[in-house]
Amino acid sequence: MFDKDKWQEIFGTIRKNKMRTALTALGVFWGVFMLIFLLGMGSGLEAGVFKNFGSQMRNKMYVWGERTNKPHKGFPAGRAIDITLDDLAAIKREIPEVDMLGPRRRMNATFVHYEDRSDNYDIRGEYPSMVEIEPLKVTEGRYLNQKDLDDRRKVAVIGTKVKELLFEDKSPIGKYVMIRGIGFKVVGVMAPIELKPWRISDTESIVVPLNTMCHAFGLEERIDYMAISSHMDTRVSVAEEKVVALLKTRHQIHPDDPNGIGHENVEEEIDQVVNLFIGIQSFLWFVGIGTLLAGIVGVSNIMLIIVKERTKEIGIRKALGATPGSIVSMILTESVFITAMAGYLGLLLGTLIIGGISYAMYSFEVDVDNFANPQVNLAAGVGALIMLVIAGTIAGLIPAMQAANINPVEALKDE
Amino acid sequence: MIQLKGIHKSYQTEYNSLHVLKGIDIDIQEGDFVSIMGSSGSGKSTMLNILGILDKYDEGEYILDGNLIKNLSQKDEAYYRNHLLGFVFQSFNLLAFKTAKENVALPLYYQKVDRKVRQELALEYLDQVGLLEWADHYPNQMSGGQQQRVAIARSLISKPKVILADEPTGALDSKTSEDVMDIFKKVNAQGITVLLVTHEDEISKMTNRVIRLRDGIIESS
Repeated sequence: MFDKDKWQEIFGTIRKNKMRTALTALGVFWGVFMLIFLLGMGSGLEAGVFKNFGSQMRNKMYVWGERTNKPHKGFPAGRAIDITLDDLAAIKREIPEVDMLGPRRRMNATFVHYEDRSDNYDIRGEYPSMVEIEPLKVTEGRYLNQKDLDDRRKVAVIGTKVKELLFEDKSPIGKYVMIRGIGFKVVGVMAPIELKPWRISDTESIVVPLNTMCHAFGLEERIDYMAISSHMDTRVSVAEEKVVALLKTRHQIHPDDPNGIGHENVEEEIDQVVNLFIGIQSFLWFVGIGTLLAGIVGVSNIMLIIVKERTKEIGIRKALGATPGSIVSMILTESVFITAMAGYLGLLLGTLIIGGISYAMYSFEVDVDNFANPQVNLAAGVGALIMLVIAGTIAGLIPAMQAANINPVEALKDE
Repeated sequence: MIQLKGIHKSYQTEYNSLHVLKGIDIDIQEGDFVSIMGSSGSGKSTMLNILGILDKYDEGEYILDGNLIKNLSQKDEAYYRNHLLGFVFQSFNLLAFKTAKENVALPLYYQKVDRKVRQELALEYLDQVGLLEWADHYPNQMSGGQQQRVAIARSLISKPKVILADEPTGALDSKTSEDVMDIFKKVNAQGITVLLVTHEDEISKMTNRVIRLRDGIIESS
């Protein structure tokens, strides 16, 4: 039960001994602050590195056709494999691990003009799903939609660089760009979410519906490659194996042929980075907990000194009728209170600073390499606080027992 | 009120044992005003500590207000100290970080008396020793005599049956000593048994009964 008198007694003691209390609190305050700050900065580092990878890259793969390496079922080695839209339908039908499929057909360096401006751009024939698989964002208008595909509309989404060169600062939406002399209505402008060297081509490309592209330019309906994402709870490598096996069967490729179906994912690289961060996190925890422990030992130490210092006071209290229990409870409560308060302040300051950094980076659009959106792990914070209360109890226990065992005769002896 | 029967007490040091009390028999009636005298080393402080349940004895019996004080748990000891006894020390032993009022109220805190009641009673007892206006002063803002009066108020607030005072005037000049003794007389007049240790004859003369200790035995009583 909440004992108001006890707290008043403790607050009184604390208020009258501010310096002592502050010294006791400092170690724990600093320990918790360091723990929270280190972990927050660690999370910022992690977020920054994963931002570089591209947020949507974690469960994504690519497959494409290439020349076979082994003869199989009467087909000679060196046969070229073309992936088709039928393959895409088969994958969707037969492999439940696959979430989204995005086919892409490319026409490199194609002549494009708008009024008197012109240049050569890559034309991409795609499905609407591509914008969700690749780390792309729409800056104006919209991306392709299913209706574009169904009606085989002549519509285009242009990269930001294309827009700059052909339209300068005018809005391109609703205008017609001429691709090899055929007019395509611009419906949107796109850009990569993070502008990285390997994503610059996104800004210099024009996306049109795949079927429109094949029909308008007289191409057969094969695709250059497919981007495939697995469901969030499935590792993409599992889906990848099944997709490759399925395509090999469909295209009569020897199951052990290392070529024929090309495929790639960055799961292994990401795994490596994840492991690295587990390592860094463990190290930060180690350092943080160490600092915290030092703080707690400090509390225990200072409480011991305090009990020594208060020997006479405790002797007086005992002579006035304080039970050993009330003495233990007094010292323990003080210890826990100081530890918890100091810990809470540390938690608060750590969270404020990490939050402040995060907010400042967000509102001033600061873009630092390998650092983004630092966050405080709330569970870690609450856990640390609970640990602190327990630690405060342990820290106060030895001094409290000592206080309870003080012999009033000895304590009250006049020096 | 207080009965000591054949009390023995020795202190074990590293090399030898020091026999301090060698069979003390005393009977003190309720409402008595007694002084204990003796040179240093006579065992008077040890006796007072035993009477105050601050120290244990080896042999004999100590009966306080009908309760045998022997082999008690620390909790029971605390209970008897809190309810039956009031202490007054030579060096006052007030808590420096508490005001006079808070010091006086402290024994009632351990009786779990409500805070408001504590404060009111503390003021009442401070008034009894003539220090009502000093209620919010800290001990270091008061003279020795005033501090001792605060200490007496503190010893009285729990309505004890016995007041034990260890050289209560030892640190005071003769004028303030007289004031303090006047208060003890008034306390005694209310029916509270007062026992004080002193080595000053003027002080012991003001009490009703003098017990002289010498080398751990009672010389006269």
